Amino acid sequence: MATPKPEILSQVNHRPPWFTGWMDKPLEIKPGTFCYAANPKSVDYVGLPHAHAWDPTAEDWKLPPDWKNIVLNGMRDRLKRFRSFQLFMDICVRCGACADKCHFFIGTGDPRNMPVLRAELLRSVYRGEFTLAGQLMARMVGARKLTEKVLKEWWYYFFQCTECRRCSVFCPYGIDTAEITIMGRELLNLLGLNIDWIATPVANCFRTGNHLGLQPHTYKENAEFLLADIAEYVGVDIEPHFNRKGAEILFITPSGDIFADPGIYTYMGYMMLFDHIGLDYTWSTYASEGGNFGFFTSNEMMKRLNAKMYAEAKRLGVKWILGGECGHMWRVINQYMDTMNGPANFLEAPKSPITGTVFENARSTKMVHISEFTADLIRHGKLKLDPSRNDHLRVTFHDSCNPARGMGMLEEPRYVIENVCNHFYEMPEGTIKEQTFCCGGGAGLNAGEYDLARMQGGMPRASAVRYVHEKFGVNTLACVCAVDRATLPPLMEYWAPEVKVVGVTELVANALVMDGENERESNLRGEELPIEVMDEETEE
Amino acid sequence: MGFPGFVAAFAAVIVLMVIPLVGVWAANMTTFFGVVVPYAAIAIFLAGLVIRVIKWGQSPVPFRIPTTCGQEKSMPWIKTNCIDNPTNNFTVLIRMALEILCFRSLFRNTAMDFREGRVYYGSAKWLWLFALAFHYSFLVVLLRHLRFFTDPIPFFVTLLENLDGFFEIGLFPFTWLPGMMLSGMVLLGAASYLFLRRIVIPQVRYISLTNDWFPLLLIIHIAATGVLMRYLIKVDITAVKELTMGIVTFNAKAPEGIGVLFYIHVFLVGTLLAYFPFSKLMHAPGIFLSPTRNLANNSRAVRHVNPWNPKVKTHDYEEYEEEFRELMVEAGLPVDKPLEEGAE
Repeated sequence: MATPKPEILSQVNHRPPWFTGWMDKPLEIKPGTFCYAANPKSVDYVGLPHAHAWDPTAEDWKLPPDWKNIVLNGMRDRLKRFRSFQLFMDICVRCGACADKCHFFIGTGDPRNMPVLRAELLRSVYRGEFTLAGQLMARMVGARKLTEKVLKEWWYYFFQCTECRRCSVFCPYGIDTAEITIMGRELLNLLGLNIDWIATPVANCFRTGNHLGLQPHTYKENAEFLLADIAEYVGVDIEPHFNRKGAEILFITPSGDIFADPGIYTYMGYMMLFDHIGLDYTWSTYASEGGNFGFFTSNEMMKRLNAKMYAEAKRLGVKWILGGECGHMWRVINQYMDTMNGPANFLEAPKSPITGTVFENARSTKMVHISEFTADLIRHGKLKLDPSRNDHLRVTFHDSCNPARGMGMLEEPRYVIENVCNHFYEMPEGTIKEQTFCCGGGAGLNAGEYDLARMQGGMPRASAVRYVHEKFGVNTLACVCAVDRATLPPLMEYWAPEVKVVGVTELVANALVMDGENERESNLRGEELPIEVMDEETEE
Repeated sequence: MGFPGFVAAFAAVIVLMVIPLVGVWAANMTTFFGVVVPYAAIAIFLAGLVIRVIKWGQSPVPFRIPTTCGQEKSMPWIKTNCIDNPTNNFTVLIRMALEILCFRSLFRNTAMDFREGRVYYGSAKWLWLFALAFHYSFLVVLLRHLRFFTDPIPFFVTLLENLDGFFEIGLFPFTWLPGMMLSGMVLLGAASYLFLRRIVIPQVRYISLTNDWFPLLLIIHIAATGVLMRYLIKVDITAVKELTMGIVTFNAKAPEGIGVLFYIHVFLVGTLLAYFPFSKLMHAPGIFLSPTRNLANNSRAVRHVNPWNPKVKTHDYEEYEEEFRELMVEAGLPVDKPLEEGAE
């Protein structure tokens, strides 16, 4: 189905009906707003339960006969294991502060996309199946029984939440819809009801080490293609290192960046940056994925995929791990990794070999973000930069949800951008930093068949970009997330076609003055630099 | 549930007022409504509260998941937002205090304005303001009620009464009313605002359940009966104090002639107490335990332990190399086991 024109999608009605309650609203699984069902082979490959072929638009989802017990026992078990889940089932007062904070609600107007109602989808079953009042008074207290319709509603709406946590910033009790969605998806996974855009990357990652399923030789070949591009545009030959034992640092980044435009330019940027500072590092083809789609499946699956990072660091004997630009990857590293797979006592507290800075904030996890690392390099004057090469760019920065709200990395990438670009403009307050808007395709929802929902969900982000485009002539949207680099280009194409998407390290590399480099006539994309930029360079 | 939920809640509150009215007026069941009901309500409240909080406490916090709302602590030259992104227990305490005492997150509230695919955000402090007014006036009213349960009355209760009564004395057109208390009026006003916004704002109306309307209506009627008793339909205050002091000294007897309005007031308060542990009113103790607010964002510096950290099946490097060894060697990638040994 072709996505309707922006003029059509701009018409959104946010007024729910007066008298019909949300429980009576029929469920409509509309094309363009749901992702395809998980390939049973992928589900089976990682040993997740009840792998089966099914069609979300069909009446019969081919559930196992005791599906209800499986889900209810799953809920009972999770209520006992996660205080967040138990508490968030009990304490919401439905004040509505979260309602208009969700990008999917803003973009679709569907009331069940209000975070409070998304949570009520689950809470109503919690009340109806686990509380006395709910069993006695049912509808009166917003309780209902678990039925197939409810289950389908869960599936549709928990895969219409990107776990961005924006609502939790505004909730007076800190109720985090991401936690609810995470639990909801875990429960759906007990019945094999994942989406393929998550399940297949998970299986790929388990087997080949990365979501895309790139086998070791292919991974290396791809990197070599990018090195050839660097040789052509920059004139510097870089020796790559893969699976090299004894390197000081293991570098891990999402595989999306070695595969697709525009992520590849960020990948090139990493290789140039590390060559420029003479970093003793290695890539790994085994731990070749920074992201973790297990996080969108279940906490166990997240742990299984994440385990490769420490395991590979141990095998290669590195001192610490450096991580590339990615959103949810950093929520996993910051809030889960050490707990799940630590303690990483075989590593050392991260110390920049170039500046001597010890990253105290990462002394237990032993993993540092590339923006923290680069900001430290710039601060110590270790990079030779010519920001005027980026003068034709008017840049704004999109805070990815997870580094913003699951970590708080706000200033480091800004510091880097401001040192490699001369024209930086912030989007309006309320749309940046901890209040940033999702790209519309996070948490595994970047599927092609999901295009309509992504354009709707990404509207608030795009709207803010359009604002700075019109006001300041912004033509470049920088980000530190591989998923963003996949989701934002089509979003911009749709809502703000004049704006291109770049990675922060791509901007760094374009400004980087490397030893023995050519006179730069083009950027890493092979696009010719405007003349005045070249003139300035020739003068040097 | 939306609007129909309101009707159910309203009917429930009416019934709850009729019960003591009939019971005391027609059947003179003053001991039941004056002694049994308060004790039962307090018992249910305390037991329910404790059981509920213990239940919460029994679920562990497997992961450190604070919602970070400001700059992390990374390098010393980058200014950390230690309140919205706390890194130690002390700063967590500040964050929690601001959250609990000042409703900091609610203060952030914005209102979306949507016009032709453009999203605009405006300030929206009304909910914060009235929520704050509601809770604080409720607190003051509660503290003022200590005068019924203490003898002698502690100085701070008297002081509070003086402050509370100071502002409104002689305010036109209420000059004829005796010692007007600000808190009761604010409570009534703020609760009414919270109630009205559930009717007026379409999205909030849509999400409101019977058990959202009910406690608000209950509190409004509690405040209203209280205000009525104080200013218009007087009850025998000496007899009331005799009863309330009897309750705290476990020697309760309902004296004659207090007035039925008092029993209605007490029955509604009793209902609120008994309802509290089974309802969303548990947000009050809940906020203290909220893992997105009460944890420091320091899980990269200090390891957080998950008590049930599961053992999981991973795909280790050996298995990986086993599958791809030939291709790796061909591509010039180092391998742990040479090809000869690995090949069949």
